[in-house]
Amino acid sequence: MTPPESLAPASQGDVRSEEMLLNMGPQHPSTHGVFRVVIRTDGEIVVDCEPHVGYLHRCFEKHCENVTFLQSVLYTDRLDYLTSMGNNLGFSIAVEKLFDGLVVPERAQYIRIICAELNRIASHLLAIGTYGMDIGAITPFLYTFRDREKILAIFEAMSGQRLNYNYIRPGGVAYDVDDRMVESIKAFCKYFRPRAQEYNDLLSDNDIFVRRTANVGVLPADLAIQYGCTGPVLRGSGVKRDLRKDAPYSIYDRFQFEVPVGTGRKGTLGDCYDRYMVRVDEMIESLKIVEQAVAQLPDGPIKADAIKNRIRPPKGEVFARVENSRGELGFYVISDGKETAYRVKCRAPSFHNISMLSEISRGAMIADMVAIIGSTDIVMGEVDR
Amino acid sequence: MNDSFTLVEWILRDPDAGFLPKFVGVALVWAAGITGWISFVGLLSIWLERKISAHIQCRLGPMEVGPHGALQTVADGVKLLAKEDIIPRDADRFLFALAPIIAFAGTVVGFAVVPFGPDLVVADLDIGIYFLSAVGSLEAVGIVAAGWASNNKWSLFGAVRAATQVVSYEIPLGLALVTIAVLAGSLSLQDIVREQHGWLTNWFLFRNPFVWIAFVVFFIASLAECKRAPFDLPEAESELVSGFHTEYTGMRFAIFFLAEYAQMYVVSAVAAVLFLGGWYTGIAPLDDAIAGSGLLRNLVGFGVIATKAFLLICVQMWLRWTLPRIRLDQMMYLCLKVLLPVGMVVLFLSSLWEGLFPSPAMYRDGAPTGAVSVPGVVFAVLLLGGGAAWVRGVVKKTPSFRPASQS
Repeated sequence: MTPPESLAPASQGDVRSEEMLLNMGPQHPSTHGVFRVVIRTDGEIVVDCEPHVGYLHRCFEKHCENVTFLQSVLYTDRLDYLTSMGNNLGFSIAVEKLFDGLVVPERAQYIRIICAELNRIASHLLAIGTYGMDIGAITPFLYTFRDREKILAIFEAMSGQRLNYNYIRPGGVAYDVDDRMVESIKAFCKYFRPRAQEYNDLLSDNDIFVRRTANVGVLPADLAIQYGCTGPVLRGSGVKRDLRKDAPYSIYDRFQFEVPVGTGRKGTLGDCYDRYMVRVDEMIESLKIVEQAVAQLPDGPIKADAIKNRIRPPKGEVFARVENSRGELGFYVISDGKETAYRVKCRAPSFHNISMLSEISRGAMIADMVAIIGSTDIVMGEVDR
Repeated sequence: MNDSFTLVEWILRDPDAGFLPKFVGVALVWAAGITGWISFVGLLSIWLERKISAHIQCRLGPMEVGPHGALQTVADGVKLLAKEDIIPRDADRFLFALAPIIAFAGTVVGFAVVPFGPDLVVADLDIGIYFLSAVGSLEAVGIVAAGWASNNKWSLFGAVRAATQVVSYEIPLGLALVTIAVLAGSLSLQDIVREQHGWLTNWFLFRNPFVWIAFVVFFIASLAECKRAPFDLPEAESELVSGFHTEYTGMRFAIFFLAEYAQMYVVSAVAAVLFLGGWYTGIAPLDDAIAGSGLLRNLVGFGVIATKAFLLICVQMWLRWTLPRIRLDQMMYLCLKVLLPVGMVVLFLSSLWEGLFPSPAMYRDGAPTGAVSVPGVVFAVLLLGGGAAWVRGVVKKTPSFRPASQS
């Protein structure tokens, strides 16, 4: 890749500047995991950069060929470990599709939605907090973690785990929720609604923050589509695409919510600020879904009768996708009628979202690199699988 | 003033001692005193920083070692002493070892002219302000040396950023200093404080409608001088790992750390001296009452100036734990296109005001005149009133300040 003419090393008279190769990562505070970018810099300006992934490769897909379907759910937890509920849901839907006419009980469906949306809030809280930290504001991180902690406490009560829940399983959910948990979810909804404004006061409306993120790392919609970006990264570029609306799975068609998109409200459409604000707005939309789902939560069984401890789905190939907090998570599963899958392919949103990094970071400064990587909100567990 | 009272002579009790013993005695007493004070300032501000940041972030901070973790810093200091001293293989060993010393020494030299009390000053230089701005950027030399000697690209970036930043912000800082020098008619920090004798309306901050802008310029520039957030670009943890001190461990790192906090104290004490009346309490009868006793006036003066400095340090910490970091180009923009012109205009207008409405001398021939600056009274009321109204407005519209029952 050759840099544009304007970014070639400046030569003025006798002064000649040289490019420097800078290795950012795999151990770097702002790469959100073991992610490595090799940056060619001219002073502080990024001339070119090349992302290197694969440091956290754990053979997820191969694992799934060797353990049973129910055991595979455990490995999906560790893909995007900040949205384990969403991963569980995606894989469970894929496995359920293999069975013909399998009906997941209503109560389980609602619990799934509540979990997935609460997890989306938790994930976005972390994304917002660490994004503030990337920009240099340390305090918002602690505030978002304070609120994320409340969600984790709810999940701990539901599944026994604070992370890697293994809660949503093919056919339903692992355990039932009791009234006390329902009350704590309701209490959280009430608590959380005014908090989003606090984050805006603290971070989103901060002048320095806006100047650091607006007009930085502009990702045009066509480029985002070309690279297969999904989730807040795509929506930040103004494309209104959300599987929960466009191809409703589970029972998402029963809920009222908006799909926030970037509008370039502080700078250019598709800049870091837009991607950030999409997450802030999505938390409120997710909260709306949780409130509706909790209000409608029916009684009944939590697991389909067809699903026993050992399952042998019929032969077949399916592809199921869900809107995870980072974008479209897809599972392509081939079953040959045995207890283990013949082949599992995972389409991880973070991997596609980060692939456009070198396109949008040319000409930025090193400090902007951090802002851009942070705004794509990657999770390396998912990128490398 | 020079023949009345000095700490050293009070300690030596022998005005007839020879030059050499006197000289060595003076040097030793001051060196020991200032080193001790810097260590104390370091300990106290690190503890303050931890507690303030913790309470800003809904945490408790250190609680285990000592009451409310007051001795945590001591424990950490012992830990740092015991740590392995690592010098990277490809580093420039000599420069690597020298850099923290240069940085620390550059900061300590500033203490030579910063007054601790009416008579407590190492050297009451006639060119005190010049001296300060001259040595103010010495620390950057140590930092550049550290970044270069580390043979690490991140350190180099940090060093270059530090040099850019410190050198640039010297200019608005100097303009603010000159604004005060014009008002005081002196470059000596002692004289500048004496010119603020009397009620707090005589403080330079209130003397005319422009000085408070110079104070803001000075404060912002001093944040940049100390490399504190939002100007912590040379360290910039999320960008440059740890910037210039990435490769430093143990005591060498601790010395950089101490230099940073000592620098914070120097700029805060200078701000207190220049704008906030130095060692004067701001209550004229009180100052006059204790002026007779050399010990008392120095003790109180020392306490007052340290309190004012630590209040400003707390503001620096408050800002650090609230604001994001600005970018290199924005840092330069702020310096050269905002602070510099503003500083120039303030200098001009303030001098013009002083020419049109000269304020009376507060101190003449070694004695206070008891004069009162009339514009000072007006602007003190306006500024303090405006400040209070602003704080009230912020408290009113911020949800977190509302009673907890609503959340």
